[in-house]
Amino acid sequence: MKSSFKHKSSKAEALFVKLTTGCAIIIIALMAGFFLQLLWHSLPALKAFGVQFLFSAAWDPVRDLYGAAGAVYGTLVTTLIALCIAVPLSFIIALFLVELAPPWLATVMGHALDLLAAIPSIIYGMWGLFILIPIMQNYVQPFIGSTLHLKCLPFFSGEPSGSGYLTGGLILALMILPFICAVMRDVFKMVPRVVKEAAYGIGCTTTEVSFKITLRYGLQGMLGAVFLGLGRAVGETMALLYVIGNAPEVSKSLFAPGTTIAATLANNFAEADGLFKSSLFELGLILLIITFLIQVAAQLWLNRVREKSGGGL
Amino acid sequence: MKQETQNKPPVKLSVRNLNFFYGDHQALFNNDLDIYEKKVTAVIGPSGCGKSTHLRTYNRIFELYREQKATGVIQYNGQNLLDNSVDLLELRRRIGMIFQKPTPFPMSVFENVAYALRLHYKLSKSELAGRVEKALRQAAIWDEVKDKLHKPGTSLSGGQQQRLCIARAIAVEPDILLMDEPTSAIDPVGTLKVENLIEELKKDYTIVIVTHNMQQAARVSDYTAFFYKGYIVEFDETEVIFTRPQNKQTEDYITGRFG
Repeated sequence: MKSSFKHKSSKAEALFVKLTTGCAIIIIALMAGFFLQLLWHSLPALKAFGVQFLFSAAWDPVRDLYGAAGAVYGTLVTTLIALCIAVPLSFIIALFLVELAPPWLATVMGHALDLLAAIPSIIYGMWGLFILIPIMQNYVQPFIGSTLHLKCLPFFSGEPSGSGYLTGGLILALMILPFICAVMRDVFKMVPRVVKEAAYGIGCTTTEVSFKITLRYGLQGMLGAVFLGLGRAVGETMALLYVIGNAPEVSKSLFAPGTTIAATLANNFAEADGLFKSSLFELGLILLIITFLIQVAAQLWLNRVREKSGGGL
Repeated sequence: MKQETQNKPPVKLSVRNLNFFYGDHQALFNNDLDIYEKKVTAVIGPSGCGKSTHLRTYNRIFELYREQKATGVIQYNGQNLLDNSVDLLELRRRIGMIFQKPTPFPMSVFENVAYALRLHYKLSKSELAGRVEKALRQAAIWDEVKDKLHKPGTSLSGGQQQRLCIARAIAVEPDILLMDEPTSAIDPVGTLKVENLIEELKKDYTIVIVTHNMQQAARVSDYTAFFYKGYIVEFDETEVIFTRPQNKQTEDYITGRFG
């Protein structure tokens, strides 16, 4: 069988096989290329600062001293804030869409969700700069700080400036919300109808079905959604660039200006040179490694849960 | 015939003039049916004749879908089940349902049963454990799962899952068990165990079972209703239906001339 098949397959067939294999190799080559390039250009900074680069918040182009701590810290804090806001909100919205909304409304809202995901991030940035920052500065931050008397806590200390980690996290939350929400909605839709019926059949209310059945069934898929949001949030540039404040510092206060890895890169590339440029490359390398680790963790997690549940989602 | 009518057991649930609609499409027409206490009533008929639809009105599970509507009377404990005033939580405790596919919840074997109990009763930890064990014993699955109570319910075999679902349903001490083709998704050994269980359960419960397997109907049921195109064509003792049906359509169906 096999030989007769081969006989038919002429030169065109062989060429096609080579072509497709070649194109597929591009993927691996690109990935490896990016990594090696970043590594190569980071070498001077790696040599100059060593591991200390990760823990130093110095960012002084005049004295040629650089550290990643401010940017890494800002990236983690804004991402954490974004997830804390976006995940529960997405969960509630997705539940509403799947369990409660009348079909026409679910359809309309589903499309709105897709459109929201399609908004370019620079628009979020612009909106954040011109609209969200004044609102944060004049209403939200004074409310948290003075009205609720939380000023004494280190997280909410300092003058309300409008920009900073909290505002950045908020914008990020809005940006990743549609992605997380869309995945969660699909996950909830995959919960077998009959299992839900069984739960209603023993007397569960919609709330009980949502939390006991849908949530547990969808847990693994939901974690996938969270990782997806995480991956996006970590690398997001434009939306944060205008609201984060761009100060390469580590501050406890969420009102204080900070920076993220991506924002630092976008801000400094134009005038970078020498060790400065190399440090930026090292930051890029760190960002790539973080996103890579998130991807690997997500995949490992999903595989593990899939094995455990024996198929399913 | 006359003598048989006089010996009929008490009626547990009585359906009168039940009509059912999927949107504009009418699926049941003027169904009248009496379900006798502590008997097994089989509902048979070709696919799409309304068997499951009929069953799904008893616990009003169809109401999950906006476009579905039932009219008529389902008299139970002096109340029309289709009335809006009926307490659904209590209704669904009293009328449990087993589905075509086993429906273990995404939790442990123990929790599957315990969850149903907690919904309806306030129990101490030891009471709860006792009730769970009792239900699992009643469902003839205790010996098979007693060592894996904390394994996921989904890790059991299909037949075991189905008996777990039966345990979950009987744990809350219902009156009536509705079974919608309970063995059609499990293997022959599992089927046999479920059928034996049904035999055992009818001592305590009133059972209505939808089945497309006529041997099964003949084996497990005391009464049989033959459905065709949304109408109840014939309802009688199972023995009568299978040996001397009054209706030509019933006869054709049970002798395998159509279906």
